Amino acid sequence: MSKILVIAEHSDGKLNAGVAKAVAAAQKIGGEIAVAVLAADGAAVAAQAAKLDGVAKVVVVNNAANAYPIAAVLAPQIAELAAGYTHVLFPGTTFGKDLAPRVAAKLNVQQVSDIMAVHAPNQFDRPIYAGNAITTVEAAAGTVVATVRQASFNAVGEGGSAAVETVSVSAALPSHTRFVKIEAQKSARPDLQAASRVVSGGRALGSSENFKVIYDFADKIGAGVGASRAAVDSGYVPNDMQVGQTGKIIAPELYFAIGISGAIQHLAGIKDARTIVAINKDPEAPIFEVADIGLVGDLFTVVPELQGKL
Amino acid sequence: MKVLVSVKRVVDYNVRIQVKSDGSGVVTDGVKFSMNPFDEIAMEEAVRLREKGKVTEIVAVTIGGAKNEETLRSALAFGADRAIHIKEEGEVQPLTAAKAFAAVLKKEGAQLFLCGKQAIDDDANQTGQMVASLLDIAQATFASKVEVDGAKAQITREIDAGLETLEVDLPAVVSVDLRLNEPRYLKLPDIMKAKKKPIETIGLGDVGVTAEAGTKTVKVSPPPARAKGVMVKTVDELVAALKSKGLV
Ligand SMILES: Cc1cc2nc3c(=O)[nH]c(=O)nc-3n(C[C@H](O)[C@H](O)[C@H](O)COP(=O)(O)OP(=O)(O)OC[C@H]3O[C@@H](n4cnc5c(N)ncnc54)[C@H](O)[C@@H]3O)c2cc1C
Ligand SMILES: Nc1ncnc2c1ncn2[C@@H]1O[C@H](COP(=O)(O)O)[C@@H](O)[C@H]1O
Repeated sequence: MSKILVIAEHSDGKLNAGVAKAVAAAQKIGGEIAVAVLAADGAAVAAQAAKLDGVAKVVVVNNAANAYPIAAVLAPQIAELAAGYTHVLFPGTTFGKDLAPRVAAKLNVQQVSDIMAVHAPNQFDRPIYAGNAITTVEAAAGTVVATVRQASFNAVGEGGSAAVETVSVSAALPSHTRFVKIEAQKSARPDLQAASRVVSGGRALGSSENFKVIYDFADKIGAGVGASRAAVDSGYVPNDMQVGQTGKIIAPELYFAIGISGAIQHLAGIKDARTIVAINKDPEAPIFEVADIGLVGDLFTVVPELQGKL
Repeated sequence: MKVLVSVKRVVDYNVRIQVKSDGSGVVTDGVKFSMNPFDEIAMEEAVRLREKGKVTEIVAVTIGGAKNEETLRSALAFGADRAIHIKEEGEVQPLTAAKAFAAVLKKEGAQLFLCGKQAIDDDANQTGQMVASLLDIAQATFASKVEVDGAKAQITREIDAGLETLEVDLPAVVSVDLRLNEPRYLKLPDIMKAKKKPIETIGLGDVGVTAEAGTKTVKVSPPPARAKGVMVKTVDELVAALKSKGLV
C-alpha cells in the first residue's frame, strides 16, 4: 500500500489552497495520506490540514528556522521525514516547484513535475511543451517525488479530523540562504488560482491606467484579474498576475481573454478553463481558435458596453 | 569570479509541436531548434555581470548530441569565453543533468551556476534546484534581479505571492525567469568570433555520471481538443450566449 506524504505550503498561519489539491491527487494514488507542516509554530496550520478529507495524520516540525519557507532549509528535513513513505507530493506552486527537486535530489530520485492525472501509483500524466503534448510516465523504483498541477485536481473537502503529531528531525540545516523581504501584492479581488471567473488583459491595454477597463469589468462580475506576459513585461500590472506556461495555470469556469493574441505560452495557462471568451480586434488572432465564444471588436468600446449589459 | 551557464538545445518556442501518431514522442525532424529561451536570459545575465566587473570568466555547458555544438556557438557569441560539450545522444533526465553540472561546477570552481528556470521541452523545472541540492549550496530560483556583492548575492524571485528577496552566500545556483533581462541580439562579428573560441568535448563518464533509466515514458498524446467555439457579432449576442450557457 502507498504511504503518501503531502508537504504543506502555508503563510501567515494559513494553509495554502494548493495543499487540498495535492491531497486530492494523493487520494487518486490511494493509500495512507499524511501532511507535513514545517513551521516556526505549526499548530494553527496543522489544525487546518487535519480537517482535509482523506488525511490520516499531520506531522508537525516546529523550528524557528522554518519561520519563512526556504527550500535549502526545508529540503533536508523533508528528506528525513520521507523515510517510510512511498510518495512525497508538493503543490505545483512556486513553493513546490522550488522545493521538490531539492528533496528529490537528496533522495536520489528523478522527480515527476506537474502531475495532471493518476493512472497507477507510479504512473501519471504530465504536460510537456507548454501543454501541447501530454506524456504518460512511469516513475522509477524508489520514492516518488512529484508536484501536483493545480488546475488538474479539485480540492478535497474539510470534513476530516486527523491526528496531529509533533516530531523532531536531526538533519543539519544550512545558513547560506537568508530571507530578506517579500513584496506581496495584496488584493481584495478573488485569488487568480481559485476564482471561478477570471478576466485577463493583454498588451492591447497599452498602459496601467487603461487596465482600469479590465479591473472595472472584473469587479462587476466578481472575477479575479490576470494578464498576458506582454502586459506584465510592459509594466501595466505586477508579475503575480501573469497567466501561462511560465505564470499561473488556472482553471476557472469562465475566462475572458481581452486584447490577448493567444500565443501558445499564454494558452498553456488556460487549457482547463471551462468557457473561454475572447475579445480582440483582429479576426485572425489565434485566441479565436480556442475560444468558446469570440467577439471581434475594440476592447475599449466592447468591454464597457458588456459591463453595462451584465 | 567564474560563472557556469547551462544552455539546452530545444525545439524553438515558436514551433507548433506535433505529436507523433504512434505516441512515441513529438515530431522533431525538420523542426527548428534554438537555445532554451530561459538559458539565453541566463547567458545575457552572465555577460551583464561581467560588464559590471563582477565576473571574470563565463563557461557555457550543454549536454546532448552533436548538434548541441550550435547551441554552444550561440553561447560563445553571447560572450562565453569557452564551452564544455558533454556529449550524450540518448535521453538525459534532470537528475542526471544535475549530477553532471554539479561535477563540472565543482571541477571548475565556479561561484555561480546560472540556468533557465525550466527547459521549454520537458517543462521540468528541476535541474538547477537539483544541482544546488547535490552540492548543498544555496539556490535562488525564478530570479528577476541578481546583484552580486563579493561573496554574497541578493536575488529577487518571482513567486506566486509577488516578489521575494533572498540573500545567498556564494557559490550558489540561480535559475532565471523571463523578466530578468532581455537578451541581446547576436551580431555577426560576435558570431564569427565565437567560431574561434574553444569547445571541450567530454562524455558523461568523464564527470563520473551514468545516464540512469529514471522516469519511463509510456506514451505521448496530444492534449484533449476543445469543442469548436462560436463567433458572435455584437455585445448583445455575447450577453445572450453567456446567458444561454448559464454563465451570467
Ligand atoms: C519561454 C516563453 C515563455 C512565455 N510565457 C508566457 C506566459 O506564461 N504567459 C503569456 O501570456 N505569455 C508568455 N510568453 C509570451 C508569449 O509568447 C506572447 O508574447 C504574449 O503572450 C503576448 O501577449 P499579448 O497577447 O498580450 O500581446 P500581443 O501578442 O501583442 O497581442 C495583443 C493583441 O491585442 C489585440 N488588440 C490590440 N488592440 C486592441 C483593441 N483596442 N481591442 C481589442 N484587441 C486589441 C491585437 O489584435 C493582438 O491580438 C512566453 C514567451 C516565451 C518565449
Ligand atoms: N541537457 C541539458 N543541457 C544543457 N542545459 C540543461 C540540460 N538539461 C537541463 N539544463 C538546464 O537546466 C534548466 C532547467 O531545465 P529543466 O529542469 O529540464 O526544466 C535549463 O534551462 C537548462 O539551463
